[in-house]
Amino acid sequence: MSLIKITIDNQTIEVEPGTTILQAARMIGPGVTPPAMCYYSTLETSGGYCRTCLVKVSKGSEKDPRPMPKLVASCRTPVMDGMEVQNYTSEEVKDVRKAVTEFLLINHPIDCPICDQAGECHLQDLSYDRGKSQSRYDYEKRTFDEIDIGPTIKLNMNRCILCYRCVKVADQLTPQRVHGVMNRGWDSEISTYIEGAVNNNFSGNMIDVCPVGALTDRTFRFKSRVWFLKPYDAHRDCPDCAGKAVIWKFGNDIYRVTGRKDQWGEVAEWICNTCRFEKKDLSDWIEEGPRKIDRHSVISQNHYLKGTQFVASPEALPAKELK
Amino acid sequence: MSRKLLLAKDHVPGIRSYDVYRANGGYASVEKALKTMSPEAVTEEVKKSGLRGRGGAGFPTGMKWSFLAKPEGVPRYLVCNADESEPGTFKDRYLMERIPHLLVEGMITSSFALGANTSFIYIRGEYFYVSRILEQAIAEAYANGWLGKNILGSGYDLDLYVQVGAGAYICGEETALLESLEGKRGNPRIKPPFPAVEGLYRCPTVVNNVETIAAVVPIVNDGGEAYAAIGIGRSTGTKLISASGNINKPGVYEIELGLPVEEFLFSDEYCGGIANGKRLKACVPGGSSVPILPEYLVCKTATGDDRLMTYESLSDGGFATGSMLGSGGFIVYDENQCVVRNTWNFSRFYRHESCGQCSPCREGTGWMETVLRRLEKGMGNLDDIDLLVGVAKKIEGNTICPLGDAAAWPVAAAIRHFRHEFEYHVLHAEKVKDPKHGHKEPIMPVKPAPVVA
Ligand SMILES: Cc1cc2nc3c(=O)[nH]c(=O)nc-3n(C[C@H](O)[C@H](O)[C@H](O)COP(=O)(O)O)c2cc1C
Ligand code: SF4
Ligand code: SF4
Ligand code: FES
Repeated sequence: MSLIKITIDNQTIEVEPGTTILQAARMIGPGVTPPAMCYYSTLETSGGYCRTCLVKVSKGSEKDPRPMPKLVASCRTPVMDGMEVQNYTSEEVKDVRKAVTEFLLINHPIDCPICDQAGECHLQDLSYDRGKSQSRYDYEKRTFDEIDIGPTIKLNMNRCILCYRCVKVADQLTPQRVHGVMNRGWDSEISTYIEGAVNNNFSGNMIDVCPVGALTDRTFRFKSRVWFLKPYDAHRDCPDCAGKAVIWKFGNDIYRVTGRKDQWGEVAEWICNTCRFEKKDLSDWIEEGPRKIDRHSVISQNHYLKGTQFVASPEALPAKELK
Repeated sequence: MSRKLLLAKDHVPGIRSYDVYRANGGYASVEKALKTMSPEAVTEEVKKSGLRGRGGAGFPTGMKWSFLAKPEGVPRYLVCNADESEPGTFKDRYLMERIPHLLVEGMITSSFALGANTSFIYIRGEYFYVSRILEQAIAEAYANGWLGKNILGSGYDLDLYVQVGAGAYICGEETALLESLEGKRGNPRIKPPFPAVEGLYRCPTVVNNVETIAAVVPIVNDGGEAYAAIGIGRSTGTKLISASGNINKPGVYEIELGLPVEEFLFSDEYCGGIANGKRLKACVPGGSSVPILPEYLVCKTATGDDRLMTYESLSDGGFATGSMLGSGGFIVYDENQCVVRNTWNFSRFYRHESCGQCSPCREGTGWMETVLRRLEKGMGNLDDIDLLVGVAKKIEGNTICPLGDAAAWPVAAAIRHFRHEFEYHVLHAEKVKDPKHGHKEPIMPVKPAPVVA
């Protein structure tokens, strides 16, 4: 199949037909890649909901060069040959992204100091980069009670941004399950039908896909801040999954086990609940070596490289340097 | 007296029943189409008629039909959108309740044109009793050989089903409707793919409004050109208008497109003027989703031309000084009504009806409602007004489906034309604690002074 050409923020790449704008941007590098809060590379039909990845298509294609009338969700829009896209080079896109960030935060409790996700939370990264320091929303936030989804997973709906990723995990792991969100609009909530339906050895992956601290690991709850732990790639011979995981150690103790996330914070290979929740002894694992921590995440503490620094002039910085 | 095509036989006693309907020329379009025309020829007539979708967007129906993908060996579907949930719109109910066979007839003729062998009428849950009427009509049509196998010996088969929704406005959005029809949660789909390519059960599907499908009957009977001869420019044919609010004669009227708004509003044939001898304050001409117009822009456009009941004239001036024909929900407000309260009321609706998939709509509709509630109760401040404008602007155009726009437009338009009334709610907090404050001290729109060049 012949490759097609797409230009994002003045950088051109050739990709296979069917590639989305977001995927093409990721191939170019972080300097041109829009943030994605709901798309997940390994979950089918994910994306389109959060609207943080909106970009401007300034030229539709070689055949039909008209610009698209509205901003489009880059995660769900396939590229066309000759398409030109503006991400960080468009003031409109930056402006709308700020607004979407604000929308995602108006009902968020911002309880990072007591949230296990802090440090590796995508909403934290997003708001650090693009949020305002003050909220214009001065009303009561919506609140829900915490729910235990089985003995290992905690659901804190207050923090949820309704990205539908956990719903897709549940959907794609158990074919019978259809409902994951109850009620509508402002009152939507992730339903505990998941609890009944994902009685499945892979349900723990919901924790990994959750971009915020809405779904957390009960076996790791309040044990430590993630940045005090040292992540190591490790594997074990597991009959259920590939057994490739990351173990998070403090001294010689394993505090938690997660899947291996790629550069974009997305897990390529699911791990089973046995590996995740029950194998917390060093003798369970064969260590491969320490994992690199990505600098544009809040987890890297004082070494944090603020996203807007590298997006300020994406042309000036070659994509490679940012990896 | 203007021409009526859909409601021409409305006054005939018993027109709801098959026998009376048939005796009054019913099902002639099916006979004509199946016996003397090819499906393409029917589509051609619809194209010629210039008929535009009556569900709100006004997309040319003939063009929509010709976009329908026709891959071999894959069924195609026609789905009638009878979800009618837009506040201020109640024309489809009237039509289905009074002349159900007209819709059934339109469904058969249209399905034939599209090559659909299974078709559905998706009707909102609150219209349960109407669904019974439709089912009765469908049973009569089966009994008389208009539905089922080999209709009129033409070799064409069609099954028609009624599906009752669970009462959600969002299920009127065509892709949410299809999800709901498939038995799933009614969340709009992310487009593309469009229903014409991948619709119901991932097969090519056309979704049309009740009135659109009913209009196919006179188009096939009299020819597309005869239909196109009615109306002005690209607004052809007749349109059902649901008139409500402070008028003498609320109800459903069939008008020829191109009728002046002034005549519609004040003549005794239609609305009969403002009730109780009051003054006109404002009008929402196309259902709750379209911008509100202040009194001085209702009968005249900003340039001083007569405003007509057409797609073009009602949107003359863009959103700055115009509105939209939308679904034809014509809501009239007299001098005593409070625009802030009305805007809050609409925003409550959108907050409740947002499906919640995308963040700008889910959070934004709720946010706007909260701010508007505060303003309505006299507890807001002046900054809130600009905040509302800002939030509305950030919802608009950034969502999956047009519900976000539909929620943002009325708020933006109300502030555009009635800012002084929002300010009044801040400055006279004591007065507005009484929801009927407009009866004591009417607030009329202020026409901006003309710009002198
Ligand atoms: C939130 C929302 C609600 C809608 N509700 C209705 C409805 O109740 N009835 C309707 O016919 N169209 C409704 N529509 C428009 C449909 O999506 C679609 O455009 C229409 O059914 C197409 O039919 P038409 O071309 O005959 O107008 C709605 C659209 C949106 C975005
Ligand atoms: S719980 Fe987490 S993964 Fe699930 S929808 Fe909410 S934010 Fe997304
Ligand atoms: S705009 Fe509103 S109703 Fe439409 S998909 Fe988004 S959240 Fe749902
Ligand atoms: S990542 Fe594209 S809309 Fe959420």
